[in-house]
This record gives sequence, structure tokens and C-alpha cells, in this order.
Amino acid sequence: MAGTAPPKSDNFDEMTDAGGSTRDAYVDYCRWYEGQEPGLLKRKNSEADESFRRTGITFNVYGEDEAEERLIPFDMVPRIITAGEWRRLTKGIEQRVRALNAFLADLYHRQEIIRAGRLPERLLHNNAAWLPNMVGMTPPGGIYTHIVGIDLVRTGPDEFFVLEDNARTPSGVSYMLENRETMMAMFPDLFSQVAVEPVSKYPSRLARSLAACVPPKFDASNGRKPNVAVLTPGIYNSAYFEHAFLADQMGAELVEGSDLRVVDGRVQMRCTRGYEPVDVIYRRVDDDYLDPLTFEPDSVLGVPGIMDVYRSGGVTIANAPGTGVSDDKAIYSFMPEIVEFYTGEKPLLPNVETWRCADKDSLGYVLDNLEELVVKEVHGSGGYGMLIGPTASKKEIKKFRAKLEANPENYIAQPTLSLSTCPIYTSKGLAPRHVDLRPFVLCSPNGIEITPGGLTRVALKKGSLVVNSSQGGGTKDTWVLKD
Amino acid sequence: MLGRTANGLFWMFRYLERAENTARLLDAGLRMALTRDIRSAEEEWRSVVSTLGFKAQYESVNDSYDGSSVWNFVLRDSANPANVREMMGAVRSNARTARTSLSSQTWEAVNENWMKLEKTLARPVSQSGMIEVIARLRRTGMQVHGAMDTTMLRNEGYHFARAGTFIERAESTARILDMKYYLLLPSLSYVGSSLDSGQWDQVLRSAAGASAYSWLNKGNIDARGIVEFLVLDERFPRSIAFCQGALRTNLVELSRLHGGDGECHALMADADTHLADMTVERIFERGLHEYLTNFMLRNAAIGNAIAEDYRFLA
Repeated sequence: MAGTAPPKSDNFDEMTDAGGSTRDAYVDYCRWYEGQEPGLLKRKNSEADESFRRTGITFNVYGEDEAEERLIPFDMVPRIITAGEWRRLTKGIEQRVRALNAFLADLYHRQEIIRAGRLPERLLHNNAAWLPNMVGMTPPGGIYTHIVGIDLVRTGPDEFFVLEDNARTPSGVSYMLENRETMMAMFPDLFSQVAVEPVSKYPSRLARSLAACVPPKFDASNGRKPNVAVLTPGIYNSAYFEHAFLADQMGAELVEGSDLRVVDGRVQMRCTRGYEPVDVIYRRVDDDYLDPLTFEPDSVLGVPGIMDVYRSGGVTIANAPGTGVSDDKAIYSFMPEIVEFYTGEKPLLPNVETWRCADKDSLGYVLDNLEELVVKEVHGSGGYGMLIGPTASKKEIKKFRAKLEANPENYIAQPTLSLSTCPIYTSKGLAPRHVDLRPFVLCSPNGIEITPGGLTRVALKKGSLVVNSSQGGGTKDTWVLKD
Repeated sequence: MLGRTANGLFWMFRYLERAENTARLLDAGLRMALTRDIRSAEEEWRSVVSTLGFKAQYESVNDSYDGSSVWNFVLRDSANPANVREMMGAVRSNARTARTSLSSQTWEAVNENWMKLEKTLARPVSQSGMIEVIARLRRTGMQVHGAMDTTMLRNEGYHFARAGTFIERAESTARILDMKYYLLLPSLSYVGSSLDSGQWDQVLRSAAGASAYSWLNKGNIDARGIVEFLVLDERFPRSIAFCQGALRTNLVELSRLHGGDGECHALMADADTHLADMTVERIFERGLHEYLTNFMLRNAAIGNAIAEDYRFLA
């Protein structure tokens, strides 16, 4: 029988407590696991890769050969969250997402938060994602960020922190869905023994939520249903699989910029019958490439004139252009104030303590403690361009110090968190590895929906804290248990 | 449906058909080569390369027509931009483009076989390796068509896919016949030497019709019979008449779904008129080569008209 030896680690382990007993969330799973033949588990583990390759869930790594497709490694031990833990988390997430939408609306209108002196104005003007073209424009339904991914980390039984907000274009939801499909195909009996909340409603909820944000010019007479399309940069984009997957699951068209054209004041797609209007575009193309007439003139990924149509109420773009302004890590450091300013409540989910290197005192502290800290670029993402003090070499720290001193405004620093671990399956049995969690949130005028589950990323290398798939991270199926 | 998606489906199925037909030509070539002396074996491989239209490219990188050079050139040589590996790559990237219009079973059949072929074709292919590749290509065709038949919606996408299949298949049958047309000239066909019947056998094998033909003709192989079978016999699924009929069926469906005809329908009606008064005698009277050349031009024109009528490209 397969054994579950208690992990030896100083972190909070999500499966096993310090005394070696299994935590509530994992009791049923462990009972099942211990009843499995080790040989069977080994075989199932090697089959999982094959199944992902067959479905085509691959991604391209930036900077590598365009044609090369890689799998994000999948670990077959689920990450499990109890119903009670999830209820507390969703309250915090919902509050944060409400605040994010209110914040974005305010930034592009009256800027009360700046007038009130709660957010320095320079943070907007230093922010590459700030779009002056959006000032004064109210997106259909008043929603800026329709699809949000909130990255969470855990350090203790009740200690969850927000590490990052992804209000621009969070990716990874296809892994949440396919990881579950794969788990159910691999271990059907497991799901009959443990009651897990389903995640499969996400695509239909997404479709409904997008359709609820039709633009003012949408004509609903004759019972016409809104046309929803997913806009992708194309088959060479690293997330193309996800774009196709979501379009397929929603029954939406998957369009590229070259399929779209502005005709009679509407965005229309070239169909076999002629041009047909698109009402809602779920775009997976960055702001800069959306409209060559407004932004990057050389972009071939976008649609010339789409921004004019957007402003005149002919189309909905989700997420709204300019939304990325709140993903900036300098803005992140103000999130506790932002949440309080717009909701009038204390934040339910805390931020990780953050030093803004733009402040002189903070910079001094950061420079004195580089060996202990994680330093990130304010506009960075994907785990690039950051320093993890405790694991960096002297030389790396020296190099980074020079960069930091040259341009302190470009950086923030955080303590190195003792991230929780969750076991992964290895040929030698279960072994603890650090994890994070990205739940996916949908916003529409009808409210906020959070799918019970999310994307758990796991650092597959022993001791590593970097969970990004571009840097050797893997994923796990994420379970929220039923009450 | 998006024009670009229709284009993806059409070409996905054209390339799939092309890869399968290429495999069959190699298979027939190998069979001939194994039963001949070295000189005639070379002749067979030369004719395989010519039928595929690769003669000039092949000769620019190879000095002789030995089997291994030929099949590696056809299957994977980067000097040949139309190699089978590239074709299968095109099948898959077109399938990815049209992913939302394919059932997941159809997509997985493409993707899984592509992965296996990609692995085998990454290195030079031995004779046993080639036999494996041919078997895999054949299985790919069957799995993809099978998945499509049993799981895909009968909407316009289905008809674009089928139109691509039959335009490509008719083209392939016409090419195979055309390459050997001199063997089928009546004056020569009465010679009836064993070499000639071997050649005819190869023609039939290349079009996957050897056993169907002998079943229908009780082993009686002659030029007239072969041309009648490969051009006019509506029962044989790779004959020109069959492919044209199947193409018509799909174009009629497209016209019904779109509420009207396009240029492709006019060209199709033309092609039908041509075929309606065709007999083997007339084909030989006018010359088989001329007949086939004209057919291929008409066939290609229908393909172009479909792309134009249904806005495949911007």
C-alpha cells in the first residue's frame, strides 16, 4: 500500500500538521491514497502526460522557438481546501474585486482617491498601463475587469495573503478545467469517495457574464442573441490552446485581428456569408495591440478603428482597455487603502508587506536587507526580472543592487514568505513543495461569481519558491470540498 | 462560420488526403521495387517522384533514385518543402486554426497521430520505419474521417471539410493516371507483357483500387478497364466520377445552407456536363492526357471558387 510519511518542513504543510496527523481537508483523500497499489499510481502518473499531450494543452515559452510547444507539468495529488476555508476566502476575494472595479472607474473619471490624498498621482503617470484614451469613458455595464485572477499564498491555518492582482488578462483557467477532467478520468473512484465542488460551470458562466455586458448599440429585437467572440493573437501565442478551449466551451467564435473590420460603425467579423457584427469581444490581445489607429501603429493583431466603435457604444471589450493599471505592483502596495476607500470596510484579505523603493526610507531598508527580501519590478510579471534574496548568489545580489540604485522607482520589495507546501507525487513517494493559488472571478452587472477551485501552481523543485510555469512550475487540480 | 475557419477546415482535409495519397504511392513504389531488378526499381522510384511533381527538387539534391533516398525525400527531407512531415504539420496547424469547429475526438485523432509521426520523422527513416509511417498515415486518415463521421455537426464546416477531401482525392487519382498515361495508350496496352500488367497493378494500388478492380473485372487487366474504373466508375470511392459526385453533394448542401449558389456551383455544373457525356471511347479519342489535364484545371478552379465564394481569405 502507498504510504504518506509526514513531511519534514518548517512551513505550513497543507496535508499534514506538525505532529504528523492529517489535516481535515485531506483525511478522505489520504484514506483513499493509502488504499492504492503503488504500482498503479506509478502507471497513472506516467499516463497523465500522455493524456495532456493528446488534448493539446501545451504552451509556448516566450523567447524559444515559436513552434516548440511544452506541457506544463501536472501533479496528480490534488490541492484541497475545506468548505469553511473557501467561504472565508471568497468573502475576501469578492470584496477585493468590488474595490478593483470601483477603483478603475474612479481613476478614469473623477479620481476621488487622488483628490483625497490617498494615492499619489505620480503612480498613474508612471504606469505603463494607464490609458488616457479611457478617461471619461464608461464601459458597458460599468464593468472594467470582467475576468479577474487573484493570486493568493498561504502561510498558516488562517493566513492567506494576496500576492498579486491580475485584472488585465488572467490566464490559466483552462488548466483549472482540464486538470479536473484529467483527474476524473484517472481516478473516477476517488470522486465517488470525496465530495468535491465541480468547476465545470465556468465556461457557461463566463459566456453568460460576457453576454450580460452588451454594448448600448446592441439591438435585441427579433430575439437576437449577442455575438460573443474570443480575440486571440493566433496559433503561435503561448496561450492559444486556452483561447481555443474557452471559445469552444462557450460556443463563441475564435477570431484573429484579420477576421475583424469596422463596417458601418460596428466591429464585424468576416464570415462565409459576409460580415456579421460582434457585440462582445473577450480579448486576449494586449491593450497596445488592440487598435493600430490608437496604439501601436504596426500592430497586425488588432482591429483598426475598434477604439472608436468602443467609445461610441458599438462593442464591449473585456477586460476594458486600461484595466492593467491596477496590476502594477506599486499600486498593489496601496490595495489595503484602496479596498477601504471604496468599500468602507477593512480588507478581509491582507496584502503581503511591501516596501516601495521609491520611498527613500524604504529603499534604505531594502538595500540593507537584500539577502532576506524578494524584490520585484513594478510592471513585471511571470516571475521575470525579480530577485529572491535568500537563494541568490552574492554576484546576483550585487548586480541587482546596482539596478535597484539606478532606478528605485521601478521596484518594490517583500519579505520572503514561508509559503505553504502541499505534497506532490514522486517516484519515492509524496514530497512537500511550495504552492500558490489563483481563483478565477467573473464580474458582470448581475454580480460577482467565483468558481470553487482555481489554479494551484506548484514549484516542482525541492525548496524552490518560484511557481511560474515559465520557470519550472507545475499545476495541480484544486479541490473545494462540499459541506 | 468565419471564412478563416472554413479555410482551415478545407485545407486541413486537403493536406490529410494528400499525405495519405503520398503514403500510398510510396507503398506501391516499394512493392514494385521489391519485385524488380535494380534498374527497373530505379525506374519505379523515379516515377513515384515524378507523379508527386518533385522531380526537379529531387534531382537538385540527389544523384540517383534509390529507394531510401526517395522515401526520405518524400517523407521528411527539408530540401522538399512539400514533404509528408510538412503536410502533417499543415494538417495540424489548420486543425488548430479551426479547433472550435472540430469535435474534440477529431482534434485528438489529428494531434495524437501528428505527435507520433513527428517523432518518427525527426530522424532518417529505414525501410521498416517507412512501412510503419505508411501504416500510421493510413490509420490517421481512418481515425480522423471516422471521428468526423461519428461526432461532427453536419453544418457548413462539415461540407467545407468534405469538399477539401474530394477535390484533393480527385486530383490525386488524375495525377496517378496521368503519370502512366503512355502505358494506357491502346496501341501499347494490347502487348500485355508481364511488365505492363505489373505497371498497371501499381497504378491501381496507388489509387487503393487493386482488389476492387480485380473483383469487378475478374482479373482482366487492360487499359480500357482501368480508365473506366478510375475515371468513370461511380461505385469506387477514389474514382474521378465518385469524387465529383461527392463534391457536388457537399456544394449542394452549402448552397442550401447559404440560400443560394456561387461561382463554384456554376463551375460544378460545367464539370457535371463534361462528365455526363464522357465514355472511355471518347477519352481515348481525345487523348487521355488531354482529358486528365483539363479535368485537373477544372477541379482546381472549383477549389478556388469555393475560397472566393465563402470568403476564405481577406
